[in-house]
Amino acid sequence: MSDLQDHGDACRLTGLGRVYGKGASAHHALDNINLTIRANEFFTLLGPSGCGKTTLLRLIGGFDQPTVGEIAIFGRNVAGLPPEDRPVNTVFQNYALFPHLTVAENVGFALRMLGRPKAEIVATVARMVALVRLEGMEHRRPDQLSGGQKQRVALARALAPGPKILLLDEPLSALDAKLRQRMRSELKALQRETGITFVFVTHDQDEALAMSDRIAVMQDGRVQQLGKPEEIYEAPANRFVADFIGGANLIPARIGAGGAMAEGLGVVPATGAVGAEVTLAIRPERLAILAAGLQQPGDLGPLRVAERIYMGNELSFRLEGATVPLHVTLPRGGLRGAQDFAPGEAVCLRAEPGAIRVLAS
Amino acid sequence: MKLHRLLLAPSLGTILIFMALPIAITTLYSVLTPAQYGGVIWKPSAEAYIRLLFERDIFDDTLTFNTDYLQILGRSVLQAGVATLLCLIIGLPTAWFIATRPPGQKSLWLMLVTVPYWVNLLVRTIALLLILRDEGPINRALQSIGLTDGPLPLAYNNFAIGLGLVSSFLPFMILPLYAAIERFDFSLLEAAYDLHANRRKAFFAVVLPILRPGLIAGGLLVFIPGIGSYLAPDILGGGKTLMLGNLIGMQFQGSRNWPFGAALSTILMAVTLIALFIVARRAAREET
Repeated sequence: MSDLQDHGDACRLTGLGRVYGKGASAHHALDNINLTIRANEFFTLLGPSGCGKTTLLRLIGGFDQPTVGEIAIFGRNVAGLPPEDRPVNTVFQNYALFPHLTVAENVGFALRMLGRPKAEIVATVARMVALVRLEGMEHRRPDQLSGGQKQRVALARALAPGPKILLLDEPLSALDAKLRQRMRSELKALQRETGITFVFVTHDQDEALAMSDRIAVMQDGRVQQLGKPEEIYEAPANRFVADFIGGANLIPARIGAGGAMAEGLGVVPATGAVGAEVTLAIRPERLAILAAGLQQPGDLGPLRVAERIYMGNELSFRLEGATVPLHVTLPRGGLRGAQDFAPGEAVCLRAEPGAIRVLAS
Repeated sequence: MKLHRLLLAPSLGTILIFMALPIAITTLYSVLTPAQYGGVIWKPSAEAYIRLLFERDIFDDTLTFNTDYLQILGRSVLQAGVATLLCLIIGLPTAWFIATRPPGQKSLWLMLVTVPYWVNLLVRTIALLLILRDEGPINRALQSIGLTDGPLPLAYNNFAIGLGLVSSFLPFMILPLYAAIERFDFSLLEAAYDLHANRRKAFFAVVLPILRPGLIAGGLLVFIPGIGSYLAPDILGGGKTLMLGNLIGMQFQGSRNWPFGAALSTILMAVTLIALFIVARRAAREET
């Protein structure tokens, strides 16, 4: 390992584990995590609550100590280093702004704690307040700010000491839907402007897909898949990832001579060891619905429309006839938007080329 | 609705009869002439207030500046201040400990804090005296293991008075501090560490300022009754060190100078109110 390579990696986690409790009641919050977060990267830890993503963030921040394994930040092992001595700052889920301090005092807090000269503090605070566009709010207290403004103060406060890595613990979850959308773009822009490595924790797949350079999908204390948003979405590594990101039709099937055979659905093209139990994963929006009479070899069917759900920009159908209910989503408008079916109609499904992924069961 | 006001009537009536009226009477008596065997003569006089600062010569009526009573006032303030500080030093860790227990345990610890109040203050004060006196268990133990030759002077001095004040008022410090720490958002402490504060800096820059209202409330609840305390100086001080409470008591008993006692009470009240006013003003200014 050369020094140069070290500098390319913001954070390297090796064999990291965190166990709570002992003996039979021991809970493995994190289990053998090996991850390398690159410098200047927008890296997201994505998973449902209890998957270990927040624990991982706390280990990097220094608020909790790993049971086994090693954390290196820019090549330096940070074992035993308390939070205040790590070149890492955190945007907390509920912001944790100091209620007795003004916006400017909150933003300048870390610099004061580091004993920086007053002139430098004033200049940095002004720069940070401008960066998050809170000019004119410097003398307000946190309780005089809206949710979005608090969020920005928390960002400015964490960025002020010039961290090498910024940790963000579900920072958008307390905002309403519209504000959340806007803050996504702002966060991404901020990361590009500052060039700081962002490690972002969320359970919201849309957030993760929209902002991240790379995503680690977590479940049960393990990394299920690591990759770019496109890879995670288009090529999920297993059932959990396929289902958690974007939702998918997961159909049990068995590999036969001519492809994968799914009960009640016919045969779809697939390769693998003959006789192997597999799961077919198909995104709801990558299927077309056709009248049952138009079914060709390779199409899935016959099926029956069980429910038609109107959602404004989309039309969604629940289909029955296979071992599991199938979901199809059609965009409204455009060429496919002309399609519509009523409950009870007999239909079949045609998948886009490459849309069916065969996963180990 | 008229009924709403009726709800307040019992407490308003109680305050009026048992607080406002005695205060008015006390203030009024302080500007009257003392009668020979206690009570007052209905003749206006500023003598009580003059006596506080000056000594009147028996023969030629000339006034000389006299700091005796001011010293007693100063001693009382100092004694109460030290007791408040000690209560703070003991009370803050205690309150912190209780507030950070698991939810089910907190009420048990809080109950233990109030246990001393199940016993009357007079009984507790005398019990403390029995412990501290020359033949008490502490001195006995110290001598029997040979640490001291004679008894240590634990009772009948300022040390004993201070100990009495701290032991009787400590819960008044612990309870408001507990309430403040209970409300404290501990993620702020993590945020402080994250922002490069060590434990000491985090305590002074984040914890103390946020606990301020609780500190002020606890401080006032100890300091104010501390200044006017009567039992601790009387019993534990052995009447040797005169404190304001005892001085006032004397005027209504042995000395039979009601106006002077009333004047002392009025001044104690005025000092307290001014202190409260300053604290409230500063707190209000920090809010904005």
